[in-house]
Amino acid sequence: MSQVPPAHPPKISLKNVHKAFGPKVVLNGIDLEVGRGESLVVIGGSGTGKSVMLKCILGLLSPDSGSIRVDGEETTKLRPREREKLLHKFGMLFQGAALFDSLKVWENVAFGLIQGEHMPRAKAKDIAIAKMGAVGLGPEVGELFPSELSGGMQKRVGLARAIADEPEIIFFDEPTTGLDPIMADVINELIVKCVKDLGATAVTITHDMASARKIADRVAMIYQGRIIWTGHANDIDHSGNPHVDQFVHGRGEGPIKMQVRAL
Amino acid sequence: MGFLAATGRAFLIFLEATGKLAMFTAAALSHCVRPPLYPRQILRQMIDIGYYSLPVVGLTALFTGMVLALQSYSGFSRFQAEGAIATVVALSVTRELGPVLGGLMVAGRIGAAMAAEIGTMRVTEQIDALSTLSTNPFKYLVAPRLIAGLTMLPLLVLVADIIGVFGGFLVGVYRLDFNPASYIGRTWEFLEPVDVISGLVKAAVFGFMVSLMGCYHGYHSRGGAQGVGAATTNAVVSASILILVWNYLITGIFFSTK
Repeated sequence: MSQVPPAHPPKISLKNVHKAFGPKVVLNGIDLEVGRGESLVVIGGSGTGKSVMLKCILGLLSPDSGSIRVDGEETTKLRPREREKLLHKFGMLFQGAALFDSLKVWENVAFGLIQGEHMPRAKAKDIAIAKMGAVGLGPEVGELFPSELSGGMQKRVGLARAIADEPEIIFFDEPTTGLDPIMADVINELIVKCVKDLGATAVTITHDMASARKIADRVAMIYQGRIIWTGHANDIDHSGNPHVDQFVHGRGEGPIKMQVRAL
Repeated sequence: MGFLAATGRAFLIFLEATGKLAMFTAAALSHCVRPPLYPRQILRQMIDIGYYSLPVVGLTALFTGMVLALQSYSGFSRFQAEGAIATVVALSVTRELGPVLGGLMVAGRIGAAMAAEIGTMRVTEQIDALSTLSTNPFKYLVAPRLIAGLTMLPLLVLVADIIGVFGGFLVGVYRLDFNPASYIGRTWEFLEPVDVISGLVKAAVFGFMVSLMGCYHGYHSRGGAQGVGAATTNAVVSASILILVWNYLITGIFFSTK
């Protein structure tokens, strides 16, 4: 874990963030800080508000109350134009990869460069092919459409797209869900490598402990809309917190009760 | 009390939906006129709506014109008014049937496709992905479709007008034994610019409605395959009803005698 220099504010900081959908409270006072260049993994069961938290930071959902700061700048009240500018700092790998199925693979990877940064297509294609190389995809894959790829390959393309315009912050939404253990490990390795190469700050949400151990500098556990524990990745097996213990060891019995309704 | 509460709730839901649609429309329109626009996307949608709808709209117009000639002959011959057939076909097609039937066919073809495509993008997080890639989904997805709908449907209907009148001509000349020259003369005799123009204005409004409903229902779909299916149905049904309502309103504006 890298220490946050006192001169710099944390890269991302959430204070007392609340979000409810109708009567259903999803985020119930989230407090979380992510240091510059740090890789934080947020663990928690399905339906505990992990995805909602990421979407609040990105501004895809607006929190009901609380403060979200990126580089010390308050982001909850941003106007759409300012939000678009802020999002240049972010890259995200979505759970289902969320590739644009009407576009070829290379156009997917180059999308942020062409549409977001208005780069000429030929130049963007060169960068896209280089980024695809970084995640182990040959240039011939670029001419395929996403529907022609396997799940693991789609994840790779999603990763290449997330890192294509060299973001300062990358979010990974359940990067290994739906992959076999070998492909999951390959993706984990790629995530670690890409984050290190970029020197980016990374936030990963997952319930895959193998993935968490591999990626994390620091781990936070979310439960019932609150962060109930944070600590160094090495401390996760002796956290002293019964909720974390139950989750890490995957026990059916314990203080955590199953969530019935989806968010 | 239960009845009153239910009525109030239904009214509130209606108001909420109306407000949501109004805000969606305002946001979409503002993105249609503010740069940057996406010429590639606009062109793609224009080809999709304008070019690929030609066969469907053309066939609709052809058979509409043909059946109009046949029907008005069997009706008008009862009081020796066969001479009016060419005029009836021309006026009906340009004022009403071209835009309305064309609009309805496009609603089924394009409105459904838009709702399904955007709905699938919504439930597979592709719309969220657009945002994270610093691309405004309204600008990239909605505005090109609205612009294409607004501009392409009048062109389609213009083609449909010509094909429809030609359909009437075919039946008139080859089946009902009219003289070709006098049929064409009759067609032109009473046709005024406002007949065609009102039809094209209708077409522009209908094209906008079809795109708007397709985008709106797609954009707000949720809950997987079932949600996308519902969005598709809603898009087609609401677009069709809006077409019929606006058809009446625009006709009133153009041709009210008072």
